[in-house]
Parts: sequence; C-alpha cells; structure tokens
Amino acid sequence: MNKELRRKKRYQAEKRFQVYGIIAISLALFFVGLLVFKVFSEGTSAFSRTMIKVPITFNAEKLGITNINDNDEVENADYYTLVYEQFVKNYPYSNDEEEKQIIKLLSPDYEFEAKNYFLQNRNQLNKTVTLLFTASDDFDQLHKGNFPRDIPEERRRLSNYQLNIYDQFLKEGKIEKIFNNYLFSKGDSRDPELAGFGGAILGSLFTILICLLISFPIALSAAVYLEEFAPKNKLTDLIEININNLAAVPSIVFGLLGLGVLLNVFELPRSTALVGGITLSLMTLPRIIIPARASLKAVPPSIREGALAVGASKVQTVFHHVVPLAMPGTLSGTIIGLAQALGETAPLLLIGMVAFVVELPGSPMDPSASLPVQVYLWSESAERGFVEKTSATIMMLLGFLIVMNSLAVYARQKFEKKWN
Amino acid sequence: MNFVLISFILLFSVSLYFFSKSRIGYFASSKQFKLKALPKYYAYYLSLWCALPAFIILVSWNILEPTIIKNLIFSKIQSDSLNEISKDELNLIFQKIKAYYSGNFTGQLSEGIKAGADQYKRLLSVASSSKVVIFLSAIILFTGFALKNISNNIHAREGVEKIIRIILFVSSVAAILTTVGIVFSLLFESIKFFTTINFFDYIFGTSWSPQKAFVSDVSAKMSPAELKELSEAFGAIPLFAGTAFIALIAMCVAVPIGLFSGIYFAEYASVNVRKFGKPIIEILAGVPTVVYGFFAALTVGPFFRVLGESIGLEVSSESALAAGLVMGVMIIPFVSSLTDDVVNAVPQSLRDGSYAVGATKSETIKKVVFPAALPGIVGSILLAVSRAIGETMIVVMAAGLAANLTINPLESTTTVTTQIVMILVGDQEFTSAKTQAAFALGLTLFVATLILNFIALRVVKKYREQYE
Repeated sequence: MNKELRRKKRYQAEKRFQVYGIIAISLALFFVGLLVFKVFSEGTSAFSRTMIKVPITFNAEKLGITNINDNDEVENADYYTLVYEQFVKNYPYSNDEEEKQIIKLLSPDYEFEAKNYFLQNRNQLNKTVTLLFTASDDFDQLHKGNFPRDIPEERRRLSNYQLNIYDQFLKEGKIEKIFNNYLFSKGDSRDPELAGFGGAILGSLFTILICLLISFPIALSAAVYLEEFAPKNKLTDLIEININNLAAVPSIVFGLLGLGVLLNVFELPRSTALVGGITLSLMTLPRIIIPARASLKAVPPSIREGALAVGASKVQTVFHHVVPLAMPGTLSGTIIGLAQALGETAPLLLIGMVAFVVELPGSPMDPSASLPVQVYLWSESAERGFVEKTSATIMMLLGFLIVMNSLAVYARQKFEKKWN
Repeated sequence: MNFVLISFILLFSVSLYFFSKSRIGYFASSKQFKLKALPKYYAYYLSLWCALPAFIILVSWNILEPTIIKNLIFSKIQSDSLNEISKDELNLIFQKIKAYYSGNFTGQLSEGIKAGADQYKRLLSVASSSKVVIFLSAIILFTGFALKNISNNIHAREGVEKIIRIILFVSSVAAILTTVGIVFSLLFESIKFFTTINFFDYIFGTSWSPQKAFVSDVSAKMSPAELKELSEAFGAIPLFAGTAFIALIAMCVAVPIGLFSGIYFAEYASVNVRKFGKPIIEILAGVPTVVYGFFAALTVGPFFRVLGESIGLEVSSESALAAGLVMGVMIIPFVSSLTDDVVNAVPQSLRDGSYAVGATKSETIKKVVFPAALPGIVGSILLAVSRAIGETMIVVMAAGLAANLTINPLESTTTVTTQIVMILVGDQEFTSAKTQAAFALGLTLFVATLILNFIALRVVKKYREQYE
C-alpha cells in the first residue's frame, strides 16, 4: 500500500511538472497575444480620418481674385477668412466664445485644404462645391468613439455646445470617414490629425540603407578573414574576443560612441540619418559577423580541397566557392541584423534623432526621425489622438520587421545547401 | 564635391578595368612578354591601384580638413589678439565665424569675425582645390605605378590577392577600432568628470540630482562649499540600486517562465508544438524595445495603478513593477531558447541511465538533466541579466526620473540608462559636469556588462567543453 501511494505521488509530481511547463508556455504566448491585440485594437482607427462636409462658395470678391489666370493672386488669396466665415454659418452661435468653439472643430489646416482644391479646380470660381475638411483631433476621437461623453463637461475636451454641433452634423450626414493618407504622406505635427509617419519611414529607410552599405561589406570581409585566412595568433584571438563582446554591449553605449566620436570629433551633422546609419552599423557589425562565420564554417572542407586540387589559389577558392555557398546564411544573418537595427531606438535618441521634424527628409544629410523614435516621441505626447497614431506606427514597424524576418527565413530555406 | 569625386573614381576605375582587360594582350605582345595570369587579373590590378589609394586619400582628407582649418584660424586669432585667449573662447569665435560664413549669423558682428570669415572662405577654397589636385595626381601616380609593374611582368593575380587579403584584414580590425572608439569616447569625458567629482563620491554617494550642476558652471572657479555641494549631487548608488531592482523584478518574471518553457520544449513538447510554439515565443525577442516601453507606459502601468487603487494601495503610474514586469516578458525568449539549447546538449546517455534505474521523466530532469545543464543555465541567466541592465527604452518610458532609494516595487525608481538618456537628449554643453556624468554612467554600464558577459561566456564555454 505504501508503495502504491508513493508511486501515485511520483506520478502526480510528474503531471505537475508538465503542467508547469505548459503554464509557462501559455503565459509567454498570452503575452505575445496581449501585445499584438493591444497594438492592433488601438492602432486600426488611426488609418481612417474623420472629415466634415462643408459647402464652400469660392467667392471672387471675398478671395480678392480679379484675374483667375494670375497665379500670384490665386496663390495668395485669403482662403482662411473664406472658409472660416462659411463654416461657422453651419451652426447658430450667439457669442464670440461659441464662434471660436465651432471653428475649433476643424483642423488648423483648413485654409490649405481649400487652397489646394481651388488651385486644381480654378473653374469653380463663384460656384458652390461641397468640400471635405479634416476634422480636429478632438472631433475625430469623438467620432471614433474614443472619447467618453458621459463625464462632466469640465473634464471633457469638448464642450456640451460642441457635442450638440456634432450630433447635428451627424444627423445631417455631414460627417464622413475616409482613408487616412496623411498618415503615410506627412511628417510630424503638433496636431495629431495632421501628423504622419511618412518622414519617419523615409528616415528609417535612409538609416537602414547606410547601415547596410557600411556593415555588410565590412562584416563579410571580416568573417572571411577570420574563418579562412587568419593565422592562429594573439591578434586573431583579440579580434574574436572583441567581436563577441561587442555583440553584447548595450545599444545605448553605441549611442554614446556616436555622440562622442561622430558628432563631437568628426562634427557630422546632428539628427541626420547619416550619423544614425553609421552608429547602427557599428552595432550591427558583430551581429552580422557571427552568423556569417557560422555559415562559412558550415561549408565542408571537401569543397575547398576540391578547388585547391584543380589548382585554384586560396583567394580563388574562397571567393569562387566558399563564399557563394555561405551566402544564404550570411544574407539571412544580415537581414536579421538589419531588422534589429531598424527597431533600435536608444542610440538614435543620443545622436539627436528625436528632433521635431515636419518636412520629409530628402537625403540622409537632412534631419529626420525614424519609426521607433517616432513611437517614442508620440507616446510622450498628451493628446489622445497620438495614442492611436503611436499604435499605428508600431503596426507599421512590426509589419516591416515581419517582412524582413520572413525574407531571412525564406533566403535560408530556399537557397541553403544541406551537407549531410 | 565629394560625391563628384567618388563618382569620378568609380567611373574611371570601372572603365579602366574593361579597357585594360581588352588591351592587355596587345600590350604584352608589344612589350614582348607572356601573360602570367588571366587578363582580368591585370585589369583588377590596375583598377584597384587606381581607385583604392585615391579613395583613402579622399577619406582621410575629409576627416582632417576641418581640424586643420580650425587650427589655422585659431593661430590667426591668437596672433591678432593682444592677450591670451582660452580654448573655449576660441571655439566660440570659430562657431561665430562659421555661422557668419554660412549666412545664418545673428547678433553683434565684429570686424574680427568678418575678417575671420574671409580667411575661412579663402582657406576652404584653397583646401578644396588642393584636394582635387592631390586626388587626381594620386590617381595618375598610382595608375602609372601599377602600369610600370605590369610592364615589368609581375604576377598580377598574386598582386591582386595580396591587396584583397589586406582589405580583409583591415575589415576585421574594424571590430577592435569600434571597441577602442567606445572606450576612448567614454574614458575621455569620464576622466574630465572625475577630475571635478571624486570617484568615491560618485560610486558610493547616495543622492543623485544632476540638475544642480546645470546651474553652476564647472569651468568657472568655485568655492569649496559649492564644490562640496556638487560632489554630493552625483552619488550613483540610487541609480545602481534602481537598475538592480528593476533587473531583479525582470528576472523574477523571465527566469521561471523561460526556464520551464525551455525545459518543456526540450524534453516534453511534440514536434508540432516545438515547430509552432518556439517561433511564436521568439516573436517576443524580435519586438523592438520601444514597443515594450509603450506597452509598459500606457497599458501595464495604468493597469497596476487602477488595480492598486481598488485594493487601497498607492501605486505610482511609473512603478518599478510595471517596468520590471514588461522587461521580464522581453527577456523570456532569451532565457527559454538558451535553456532549450543547453538542455538539448546534455548527452542522452545520462537520461537513459536515469530511466534505467526507474526514475520518471520529471525526476530525471530535476535530478540529472538540470544539474548537468546548470552551468550553462547560469551562464544564460547572466547574459539575460546583462541585457536587463543595459535595456533602455522600457525604463525610459515606463520607469521614473527621480532617483529614489527604495525597495518598494510600487514606487518609481530610476536606472542608469534612463539617466543617460535624460541628460543627453536635448541641448547639452560639453563642459558641464552633468553631461560628463552621462559618460561616466555609460562607462560604468559598459564595464558592468563586459564583466557579466565575460563570466557568462566563460561558464558556457567551460560547460560545452565538458560534453564535447
């Protein structure tokens, strides 16, 4: 009986142990799910933009246009007052305060939106057209259901008066949701409804490109040297230890390196993709060298012996036979290294890529943000509209990372030779 | 300018390659020697000798030019002025001259700056024209040198291979250069920092308030009282404690979950669970840290605060708990895949022996496999710790800024990395002790992670040797 009981206990312990493992794995999976769910549930609404339909008459007198073909006049006409006056007419107001509240429902860019439309449709002079104007951030969030309406007025961003306007507009069908192209085409802005990560994507692209151009050739040559040519001596050992240690140095230290050496000694321009790319390439270097060496090592010696036997020199053997065979592994290591560099934030903060940049960068020498830095910048902003923008940026970033990592897996599986 | 020169070099060397490849046969017969290598090696030889030296000259010129011009201007200012000018003042004047030259100068304009800007302009034009001259003559000179070697009938392939080997070697030295760069940039500022602040005040001080240093200027003469106050502003113990504390919380999350899932994957999981479960958990490792920071600051932090309020606890919205927990989640895949590897490396014979005497699977794991894998597991945990203390974005976004010396996980604490970012983001002056303090913190972090990694790699290596 005692024996039976002990066996039962031991089997229970066995079960328990397995359950611990399952619990641990499910917890980890739960965290993945939670993270993805959180980002997607908050971010999807950023891809649409709330617009308000407003009938606008392009009154020549109001605009101050006498000759429609005079470009200067059309460019400099007073669209601000035109839209302002016609928009506040949409709802009755009794005092200045209420008038102000009405116009605050539109994003501050309305004059440019009217102007852009008119520049392309000049024949609409003195005619009335219904235009779509971007709604302000608060209005946008209200329409998307992110603002609770049932809290006291003084704690709300929108007054009761503005809520009434919203209800009225909704009833008249004046509100419309469209795809948010601003998100992709614009740079940063103080107004969430006008902010986009276009500039950040360009900045990231430049940074990664420079990182690739610097780190890939150097890393590949270093790996080839260490694996194929290096004599066994103190210097080689030192290089190897160095590479292993560099791979584990915290990324922020590379930021300090970029700040101390690239910005202060070489006086390269601050906040640019150029400096960001160089800094990240130093960080990526060991992360490419290590997988490149592993795949060079995986090429069987018989390949080298065969080439040498038919009279190829050492360099020819390596570059005609070994390196091409090691390429799939090296490339997938490179892509993974670049994906890590793409998600890196801390070093970029230190070299000043946190600047508020409205214009899209045209070259790596222009100040720019990058996708992860944009996430950081927007997550520090107080407006509710930036929360969904942040999540949308994360979705974009994760999208890029997933594409890059699948590419790496594909490169490995499709082209890599198995040697056994 | 540089762009034009680089495209010129590229275009010229590529066309030189094709031209010489087709002409080398005639060239050899006209000089009456037999080619020792394939024509393409002669072409490589020529274009490498044409492009490489010129390129190296161009790069080093670009690096050196600003410093040389600066020093020339400095000596001019120095000789014009009657009294001695300090280095900081010289720098300031130089900045003004540069600003005036590029046309965005605002403020009082003196004759000296105008004259300086004229000289600057002259020097720049001299520099750029001499750059072009030297660049072109380098191309001609080295191409001529290579041509002469070829007509002396050298072995072209060996020449090319020698150059390639040198390039390969230089690339592998880049890793050492990076480390040297890191150490020097950190040491340089840190030494300046430790000349104003006593090393022991820094490493054992218990109060951290660097904003004090921002008010008083270090370069100016200070009274002993001020100096004492300053030395008390940079006690890094609260930062070390905060870093260790958050890392500890992270390890409390990551080690059990990572360990158990690693062991489960290695010992129990079916092929399908492994195939799909492992990559999904490794997604956690691929997620950028800034995403975790966002998650910690906007989801986990507020969640804990609401939870705390509902049971009557006061929880800071920037609690160490939230940052540590999320950091732990980030480290899970790191621990789990390393554990998986080490457990898999334990020889099957050990398990078989254990089963043979009647142990169950879990008993085998607990009593045989785990002890055998322990050194490797300890090594991987040490690596995870070094990642945790070097992690930046999560703590910048989710942990606090004020340096509290506390062991209450519900309060806010700060870490070394947070302080580095807080000090260095935005405007900085490099003479301020506050800025230098960031580099001293960076040095501390670098040394700490280096030691941890060194030990961890040693342990893991020893362990591997044991079973190979």
